[in-house]
Amino acid sequence: MPVPDARVMSKKARLVDRLRGVLPEDAVIHDPAETRAYECDALTAYKCPPLCAVLPSSTEEVAAVLKICHDEDVPVVPRGAGTSLAGGALPTADSVILGVARMNEVLEVDYDNRFIRVQTGRTNLSVSGAVEENDFFYAPDPSSQLACAIAGNIAMNSGGAHCLKYGVTTNNLMGVTMVMMDGSVVEIGGAHLDAGGLDLLGLICGSEGQLGVVTEATLRILRKPEGARPVLMAFDSNEVAGQCVSDIIKAGVLPVAIEFMDRPVIRATEAFVGAGYPDCESLLIVEVEGSDAEINEQLELILEIARQHNPVELRESTSADESARIWLGRKSAFGAMGRINDYMCLDGTIPVSELPYVLRRIGEMSEEFGLLVGNVFHAGDGNMHPLILYDANKPGDLEICEKFGAEILKLCVEVGGCLTGEHGVGIEKRDLMNVQYAEVDLEAQLRVKDVFDPKWLLNPSKVFPLDATKERRS
Amino acid sequence: MRRPETETELADLVASADAPLQICGGGTRGVVAEPNISLAGLTGIERYEPGALTLVAKAGTPLAEVEAALDAEGQRLPFEPMDHRGLLGTTGTPTIGGVVAANVSGPRRIQAGACRDSLIGVRFVDGRGDVIKNGGRVMKNVTGYDLVKLMAGSFGTLGVLTEVSFKLLPAPEARAVVLVNGLDDSQAISALARAVGSSFEVSGAAHVPVGVDGHPVTMFRVEGFAQSVAYRAGQLAELLKDYGEALIETDPEKTAAGWKWVRDVEAFHGLPGDVWRVSVKPSDGPRVAAAVGAERVVYDWAGGLVWLLVDEGRDIRPDLQGIAGHATLVRAAASTRSQIAMFQPEPEPLARISAGLRTQFDPRGILNPGLMR
Ligand SMILES: Cc1cc2nc3c(=O)[nH]c(=O)nc-3n(C[C@H](O)[C@H](O)[C@H](O)COP(=O)(O)OP(=O)(O)OC[C@H]3O[C@@H](n4cnc5c(N)ncnc54)[C@H](O)[C@@H]3O)c2cc1C
Repeated sequence: MPVPDARVMSKKARLVDRLRGVLPEDAVIHDPAETRAYECDALTAYKCPPLCAVLPSSTEEVAAVLKICHDEDVPVVPRGAGTSLAGGALPTADSVILGVARMNEVLEVDYDNRFIRVQTGRTNLSVSGAVEENDFFYAPDPSSQLACAIAGNIAMNSGGAHCLKYGVTTNNLMGVTMVMMDGSVVEIGGAHLDAGGLDLLGLICGSEGQLGVVTEATLRILRKPEGARPVLMAFDSNEVAGQCVSDIIKAGVLPVAIEFMDRPVIRATEAFVGAGYPDCESLLIVEVEGSDAEINEQLELILEIARQHNPVELRESTSADESARIWLGRKSAFGAMGRINDYMCLDGTIPVSELPYVLRRIGEMSEEFGLLVGNVFHAGDGNMHPLILYDANKPGDLEICEKFGAEILKLCVEVGGCLTGEHGVGIEKRDLMNVQYAEVDLEAQLRVKDVFDPKWLLNPSKVFPLDATKERRS
Repeated sequence: MRRPETETELADLVASADAPLQICGGGTRGVVAEPNISLAGLTGIERYEPGALTLVAKAGTPLAEVEAALDAEGQRLPFEPMDHRGLLGTTGTPTIGGVVAANVSGPRRIQAGACRDSLIGVRFVDGRGDVIKNGGRVMKNVTGYDLVKLMAGSFGTLGVLTEVSFKLLPAPEARAVVLVNGLDDSQAISALARAVGSSFEVSGAAHVPVGVDGHPVTMFRVEGFAQSVAYRAGQLAELLKDYGEALIETDPEKTAAGWKWVRDVEAFHGLPGDVWRVSVKPSDGPRVAAAVGAERVVYDWAGGLVWLLVDEGRDIRPDLQGIAGHATLVRAAASTRSQIAMFQPEPEPLARISAGLRTQFDPRGILNPGLMR
């Protein structure tokens, strides 16, 4: 991270005073013992306590805070629940963490028009929770949904296991209330389907807290399907599993999810939760939705395709309990890998047709770098999650792991994919942006930030290579 | 009319332009009255991978060519773009770039999203003459800012699109339409809400107060595998029985024609008057129609998209104050256009942000100047 600005550091006392003038006392955290709580997100390899942290309770308070920081030229890092895997919410020593965790109210639920309006500190799962009794749900379901906030979901344009059918956050976001760095408040979109004018909503979603602080969101809610059922398919090669994914997609069925796990992950989850997975090279979980008859119709077709690929095993769920067991290993996969060692979770996306090749290359590189990799990911849309295992206590291991990770991401770009499918760039992939984008492409993006945040104070050291933003940040 | 054949040629043309460029694809969407630069020379499907559900095409590729290629593999563009020619009385060949520039989306928008939701990558020439790419050809991509969405619906004011990439969907095996006759607007909107709020995956929900036979008709579409379609259509008919007898139509040609009729607003074809397109929350649809007192109305998107046929030269925006949403003037005489902006003026600070973006992408103000402000 860039060297902290001594000028900003020296005005901490005045800044804290001013912030206390607009927020309740317990909403301004400046004691170094307490600011530590905000020193990192889920990319725990990087830590740095902020200058101070604030926890506003309303859009007005957010506006007041930003106005002061704008006035004092102090960088601000917005924070939801701090589950970013890319270091999106990592502070710098000269920044104010603006956490929206206290803003978690449901503001409006409208079933006739199928939307919910919430404050963005609300967790993803509790948005669905708020409409569950009427059999509705909010579709994007990141695995972190118990903890992560809608604020972070919007900033990262998060996805989930079911986005093959329902899309990611941007496809389910209808409107936002956002505070600009200068303290002005904008309303974009709303309960109507198409926001007018330029698609600013689309631009803000996925902008990693660099364009404004989103305080309220209007989200599309959907009626729950009558039912859902997964099948588990085991194969003795990654290539064959990859081919099976492609064939299912081509056949005209649209499962809600196609999840992939390879042998290292299967073994780790078996040791962890004992879901009863077969010991095989690769495993697919394919889930379809609808009434019983509809599910049967789709599964018949899917199983027919799977059989043509000589599966080691096909396991159809016949009860809610069996369905839960099929999903159990997948849902515990990250935790299971974490028990073996520290891991870095990558997030590159590739064209589905390249799955077998990329999996093979990752295996080869794993041997070259001497670090174990497990693969568990959303196969239907090519969004890979290689988990590289390393030992944080072993000097040099993290560096090797990062090098290895960078090579995998370059490979993803090489085959026509991208650096990140749902976790965001943050600090983690910042310096790889040049691999995917030419200078003009990046410049066009920087110019967008110039419009929203001319002083470059909002989360300024993320997303773009530091030398590309140096002049703008100073 | 300039007609560049390559992206480089286009970039040179923009870089060296010393007068405003009025950009068109096929010129069928009535956006630019007197185009001086056409993208129709930049054609071809560059990559189509049915197994990955993705397609990349040059911006000038005829929409029909794209649709035919997809059809051959049993796939389709999810968002069902309308054809504006009948409504506007335009001729020419709609291009895929024009679809994107205008974010053209049809009845399936309520289920499958708008054009912008299926768009996964763009290349464009900005107002400086720089060729810029964003996104790519994979379904999930959050690498950097999403300029892909920004370009969709920017009507050529931020850059001239040269290449567009989409994610696709399988075309369904079967389709059924459930019809309820004789409902008034507010009953109809309530019926539509009940249907789209069900678990039966309705992919079209429209109400036309003056249907082909002169009477109100409310239409619901389901698509998918044959058994599933039959099941869901039956369930919908049952769900809607409080609103009157529901008829189920499964004839492929009739149902296709019925939704084309809604998609292309055929109920207005050949009738005089200005055409407005209003986007509101679905339950506000009837309020819009009542506030404007339109000659004719077509409700799509469960009531959230209101097409209005009104007297020529009349600005309806003042009548809609207090109803959240926006109104676009889709068809009007040049004299009206010079009086009434095509797009709803934005409030501050939104207007300032939009203007700021236009200045960044097109500092000389030469791309379709004035169109979106
Ligand atoms: C175990 C685990 C599993 C995960 N699984 C998934 C998954 O399946 N899919 C997926 O997409 N992600 C996944 N993630 C990543 C992460 O949960 C998502 O990126 C999530 O959206 C982050 O939300 P958050 O509230 O924790 O945001 P934070 O980590 O607090 O912040 C993330 C970014 O959002 C910005 N931000 C926060 N609040 C605001 C605001 N109010 N306005 C503007 N910007 C703001 C921050 O500055 C930062 O850049 C996983 C993470 C973990 C730890």
